[in-house]
Amino acid sequence: MAAIENNEIRYLNPPTVEVRKKKYCRFKKAGIKYVDYKDPEFLKKFLNEQGKILPRRITGTSLKFQRKVAQAVKRARSLALLPYVTDLLK
Amino acid sequence: MIKQYETVFIATPVLSDTQMKEAVAKYTDLIKANGGEVVYEEDWGLKQLAYPIQHKTSGFYYLIEFKADPQFVATLETQYHRDERIIRFLTVALDKNSIAYAEHRRQMRAGKAAAKAEEAPAEPVAEEEPENVEE
Repeated sequence: MAAIENNEIRYLNPPTVEVRKKKYCRFKKAGIKYVDYKDPEFLKKFLNEQGKILPRRITGTSLKFQRKVAQAVKRARSLALLPYVTDLLK
Repeated sequence: MIKQYETVFIATPVLSDTQMKEAVAKYTDLIKANGGEVVYEEDWGLKQLAYPIQHKTSGFYYLIEFKADPQFVATLETQYHRDERIIRFLTVALDKNSIAYAEHRRQMRAGKAAAKAEEAPAEPVAEEEPENVEE
């Protein structure tokens, strides 16, 4: 009762505060300077299930390396290392 | 002016081993004949294509790293276009980061190959030794 009189809100369970992990650019963190188009397994990390390139807001890649990833994915596609269109990649 | 390039081509899967070697020799000779230098070659073997090209679902991949005059790339690519054995190709100029990466990759692959070569003889030797002791 004392709590209500003091206009304090008390929860039975402590309120869950969502702690979001800060996104980071994996290339900057690992010091990678060149994105290789010959390694499709690595490039698959930047594709969704339909083989589309994931946006930066999801992967956290910096703009500089997003351009390089996109270039590498497109080269890999033209060499048939990655598909242009597909379902259930991965 | 000399620049470093990297070219990957896909040959039709119907070629035999000797035909494939001929095709590779043709392009390495072409590079050398035009004042270029072959830095590195790599055979990826028969690989499944991610999508069919000319109704084919697999192909022989081959990578050549070379140094040549920028004008040579056009002649190389016209040769690719005219060659019916080649179903797809890609030539890329290498900058300083990609040259460093290519060297690193080469060393990694050489290291892996050396490790495999070491492992393979190491096992039979280990098996033979106890026998010799018994004798």
